[in-house]
Amino acid sequence: MTCVRSALRLLKSARDSSAISPLLTFKRTVAHFKYFEDASIPKNGETARINMFQAITEAMDHSMESDPTALLFGEDVAFGGVFRCSVGLQKKFGPERVFNTPLCEQGIAGFAIGAAVAGSTAIAEIQFADYIFPAFDQIVNEAAKYRYRSGGQFECGKLTIRTPCGAVGHGALYHSQSPEAYFAHTPGIKVVVPRGPLKAKGLLLSCIRDKDPCIFLEPKILYRGAVEEVPKDAYEIPLSQAEIVVPGDQVTMIGWGTQVHVLCEVAEMAKEKHNISCEVIDLCTILPWDEDTVYKSVSKTGRALISHEAPLTCGFGSELAASIQENCFLSLEAPVSRVTGFDTPFPHIFEPFYLPDKHRCLDAVLKLVEY
Amino acid sequence: MKAFLALGRLRQGASYLTQGTLGRSNLIAGKIVQVAPCCRRSHAVAANRKWTYSLDMNEDNFPAPISTYRVMDEEGRIIEKSQEPKIDDEKLIRMYKTMGLVNIVDKILYESQRQGRISFYMTNFGEEATHLGTAAALSDDDLVYAQYRESGVLHWRGFGLENLMNQCYGNKLDLGKGKQMPCHYGSKQINFVTISSPLTTQLPQAVGSAYAYKLAKNNKCVICYFGEGAASEGDAHAAFNFAATLGCPLIFFCRNNGYAISTPSSEQYKGDGIAGRGVGYGIKTVRVDGNDVLAVYNATLAAKNYCLTANKPVLIEAMTYRAGHHSTSDDSTAYRSADEVKLWQQQDNPISRAYKYLAQKNLWNETAQEAFEKETRAQVLEAFANAEKVKKPVWSEMFTDVYHDMPKNLRKQMKYLREHLDKYPEHYPLKNFT
Repeated sequence: MTCVRSALRLLKSARDSSAISPLLTFKRTVAHFKYFEDASIPKNGETARINMFQAITEAMDHSMESDPTALLFGEDVAFGGVFRCSVGLQKKFGPERVFNTPLCEQGIAGFAIGAAVAGSTAIAEIQFADYIFPAFDQIVNEAAKYRYRSGGQFECGKLTIRTPCGAVGHGALYHSQSPEAYFAHTPGIKVVVPRGPLKAKGLLLSCIRDKDPCIFLEPKILYRGAVEEVPKDAYEIPLSQAEIVVPGDQVTMIGWGTQVHVLCEVAEMAKEKHNISCEVIDLCTILPWDEDTVYKSVSKTGRALISHEAPLTCGFGSELAASIQENCFLSLEAPVSRVTGFDTPFPHIFEPFYLPDKHRCLDAVLKLVEY
Repeated sequence: MKAFLALGRLRQGASYLTQGTLGRSNLIAGKIVQVAPCCRRSHAVAANRKWTYSLDMNEDNFPAPISTYRVMDEEGRIIEKSQEPKIDDEKLIRMYKTMGLVNIVDKILYESQRQGRISFYMTNFGEEATHLGTAAALSDDDLVYAQYRESGVLHWRGFGLENLMNQCYGNKLDLGKGKQMPCHYGSKQINFVTISSPLTTQLPQAVGSAYAYKLAKNNKCVICYFGEGAASEGDAHAAFNFAATLGCPLIFFCRNNGYAISTPSSEQYKGDGIAGRGVGYGIKTVRVDGNDVLAVYNATLAAKNYCLTANKPVLIEAMTYRAGHHSTSDDSTAYRSADEVKLWQQQDNPISRAYKYLAQKNLWNETAQEAFEKETRAQVLEAFANAEKVKKPVWSEMFTDVYHDMPKNLRKQMKYLREHLDKYPEHYPLKNFT
């Protein structure tokens, strides 16, 4: 919504800015993390090197192609979306199936729920996760409770709401938030966060085809910044299944979205500088989350670190920490550690101090091991 | 739409008719009580009901669009002499110069973002008359709730180039302490509520402020700016309805600039624009040529007088055109033609129209223009360079203003970060911060 919202073709402007470094100008780094390509390519057919917004376009393209009831809509979706995720789709599938809505998030969510109730596959875009809150009532009280309250007669499982989230370098209060924990507190919906193009395509296709309404949070800094090999055909990646990205045996580090890459680099640094072996887990689905993979790992390592960009208090790390101590208590060598954003709104100029960066995470790893 | 309304009324009528068959009476505790007709129907709509005995589903029978009020034409010529506002020459020139200032600041800051010196910017190109027409008609102590494209109002009220540049840089002199993106200005001193990115949230807030002002009997009004896209949000409905029902002295000022990022107004609404809605809410409504600074001035002045005497809201829909991109993150050539933009800028440019008007009154000319541009550009560049040199605030400002008094958890987190920064100073841009 706001617009300041259209914001942020971030990486692009960050790249532009790197050419100039005037005196005392806040020098924005291209990104606060190093991208680790996803090596878990499903073994089927041809692949191409694409970025995350292209992978999302492909997923939606497959859905529109294979499901004639599928609809795609939201603010500025017709011309391709402010992050370019729907480029070319209106031309291909026509303005009846791919269209702009008026500027109203509660309207988008309610309309999407109704379309799904009536049998359409609804793929709705909320322009920024920061602007999803007017739709909160429709998502939390309606989408999440449709099946339950009607005794299974009505449901909106064919609904997927996609929305860009997370830090981006200069998004400040209203173009940076990670609201996964708000939705994780809502039984009846699924919450999914991809960490790059490969996961984005497979997980989005799973969300669209899933029998429950899904919130698909897309870390916006990855739209252009994340590039890797992605199968050209449609494929699904099962929901509620975490992935061990880096195997290790001394510390389990759990993250999702962009933060997985921060943790991968921390694992490298811990290995090289301190000879500490870390296991990195990408949770992939926040709700319902994969308890088995997490408990198995923590039972093995005896140490857990959870990291997310959202604030500490009641972030999803709180749920993980409580569950880990409940289920892995006897294996724990140290208290579960959380490295997160601070309990403040997401600040503009202070972003480098706000983020749970690799240095803060590595420091926490050392404390875990030294405990 | 109208047809459905007609149907709705008919249905209502039918239920009253059923009551009527009981003998024009109400049934209370099993007794039929005769009541006077005026008391029987206290429903607001029922009071002025007219009956019809035919159904009208003809789309051609929508009410005629509300006319657009203008004072001068594209050539700056006054059309109806009686409508020329009585503004003294000095004030007229100041209005014009402030429009020019907005334009010069926008050009410089837009370029500076392109060069990576500030992170983001939003220009006001094409909408300058809506800023100055309103700002000059109001008192400086009337409260302003802006959206994000109203910087002329700030300039008029004396926000100052320094404050503007400091905000865009988020340096330690920024009144907002570096917390928001550029263009999110605000100043308690000039009664301009700090801008928030989420759209339309300011509308119901403005209504609440106007209500508080009404009870305080302070003879001030509130003006709330928003775009035609923002008017689609649910908050717009809430605001219009609250303002009308609770009798709040405020001016809803819609800048209908044709686009919400890429979405043209033709996809944003049907019916008679935003003005058409005012009527439905029972709000006094005016549609005005938003590129005619004199028309905007007259409309705002009249709206303010009405607000304060009647204690009711006014809706002004100013028809204008967003001549720039939505923001520095947007490239509008992806969804509109360069010719379209050029045509508006050439044929209906609010600054050129004001220039021509002033020139006809012998208040302005090419020489004055050149001198003004040269001087202003130098001032803007100087303010810009000064702001660039100022360091960012101290990092611990990140933790202030979350609460009035910093709670224990934040103090603890601040202490943790201090220790971390002491331990690893080389990983953080501390030298740019105070």
